[in-house]
Amino acid sequence: MVLVMNRTVITVVGKDKVGIIAKVCTYLAENNINILDISQTIVQGFFNMMMIVDATEAPKEFDQIIEELDQIGSQIGVRIRAQHEDIFDKMHRI
Amino acid sequence: MINMNEVIETNKMIQQENLDVRTITLGISLLDCIDPDLARLNQKVYEKITSVAKDLVSTGNKIQRKYGIPIVNKRISVTPIALIGAAACHSTEDFVTIAKTLDKAAKEVGVNFIGGYSALVSKAMTTSDELLIRSIPSALDQTERVCSSVNVGSTKTGIDMNAVKLLGDIILQTAQLTKDRDAIGCAKLVVFCNAPDDNPFMAGAFHGVSEGDAVINVGVSGPGVVKKALESVRGEDFETLCETIKKTAFKITRVGQLVAQEASKMMKVPFGIVDLSLAPTPAIGDSVAEILEEIGLEYAGAPGTTAALALLNDQVKKGGVMASSYVGGLSGAFIPVSEDQGMIQAVEAGALTIEKLEAMTCVCSVGLDMIAIPGDTKATTISGIIADEMAIGMVNQKTTAVRIIPVIGKSVGDRVEFGGLLGHAPIMPVNRFSCDAFINRGGRIPAPIHSFKN
Repeated sequence: MVLVMNRTVITVVGKDKVGIIAKVCTYLAENNINILDISQTIVQGFFNMMMIVDATEAPKEFDQIIEELDQIGSQIGVRIRAQHEDIFDKMHRI
Repeated sequence: MINMNEVIETNKMIQQENLDVRTITLGISLLDCIDPDLARLNQKVYEKITSVAKDLVSTGNKIQRKYGIPIVNKRISVTPIALIGAAACHSTEDFVTIAKTLDKAAKEVGVNFIGGYSALVSKAMTTSDELLIRSIPSALDQTERVCSSVNVGSTKTGIDMNAVKLLGDIILQTAQLTKDRDAIGCAKLVVFCNAPDDNPFMAGAFHGVSEGDAVINVGVSGPGVVKKALESVRGEDFETLCETIKKTAFKITRVGQLVAQEASKMMKVPFGIVDLSLAPTPAIGDSVAEILEEIGLEYAGAPGTTAALALLNDQVKKGGVMASSYVGGLSGAFIPVSEDQGMIQAVEAGALTIEKLEAMTCVCSVGLDMIAIPGDTKATTISGIIADEMAIGMVNQKTTAVRIIPVIGKSVGDRVEFGGLLGHAPIMPVNRFSCDAFINRGGRIPAPIHSFKN
């Protein structure tokens, strides 16, 4: 049986500081969300990260995950967005 | 796998270039509500709409969160009310009760507009068609969310000039009744030639009789995205220009297609079409006129505007049809005046006139849209403007429309404020010469020779 993956793209943008990745990854681990890919750069002091994660096994609704990531972002002063992968896939792949 | 640049590009479109899904429109057939008893008819209409559309707004919001793309409007279109009310309505007041029911149902489910207070009279009017048309001024005055449209012509049937004449009066009456609100009623009334059955955009949306019980149609948007993309190819030749528009249109439409399919799945309502129209808003950077400027015109309306618009419209379609298997509705660049900051500026600079706008409608949908004219314009003159626009649609086998607003008590040089997505507009001058004798002839204009294809 092929498991349908529920892939989500998480983007984190903001001023660089200690512990951004740790904070986000801790949340993902606590919620059983598997990280498939990470890329991260710093441009002129600005932290820019993109993660592709699989939330199939997460115990929470997608809405709630978006909300909670947004709150974590507010706490550490960065913008965290979680979007279903399909919007990027449809737009950039035929 | 998706890479970072692609993610950044998409999110830049959404956050900085006003990419959004303009509307998810749920079409609902009311044919099964027909009843000779008016009270029972109203009851059935209310119950049908509020049950079929009860999850529309929450579904839209859910999709918005899932993909991180704004879905600006959730709307409803219904079967033309002239058909639904034919058995029960014996006066204009009877029809107005249905308008009020639609308004109440729209409020209940939380949609900002409901379209379909409509009549299809491309050859002639039935008694109930005429009653509905005569009830439009009161209906639009006494409701907030109801939108009305009348199809007065088609390539197959010609133009019903009796209806065209009547609508000149109706538009003025609507303006008169809503004059304390800058004639807002007229912003919710569209006169069509070749009206499509599956248009998701207001004010002209209705659920055509060729449609099923219910359907999801989606209108995308993104003039800002096209403009931004064109900034990177300044000075390049037409091939490069066209290629850029086409690729951008593809990306925009794919988002619409995704949202439409998702909404269809979540609501268990079949997916109908994606409408490719580039729909501007009064927001800065969300303007079709600015695309024309980016293509190389000082203002929309300058010589070259019709050619630039033709090219833009064609490339948007070529990119769009590749992105969605079911393209429909109006699918063209919209050129409303009050809803597009660049158009407003072009009018104020003296670059854009009604006559030039009319020429532009020959190469794009949809027509003379959201144009404010002096309140003392004669009814026959308005009918003349409608007849011209309908003729363009009829001969070119395309949809054309007129949404014109005579603002009572205002004249050229004044401005009118509609607010929200409807924007604001300078009053535009109208040709003052008479067409009374032409409009007063009565009857209909025959279908053009190229409609006989059998």
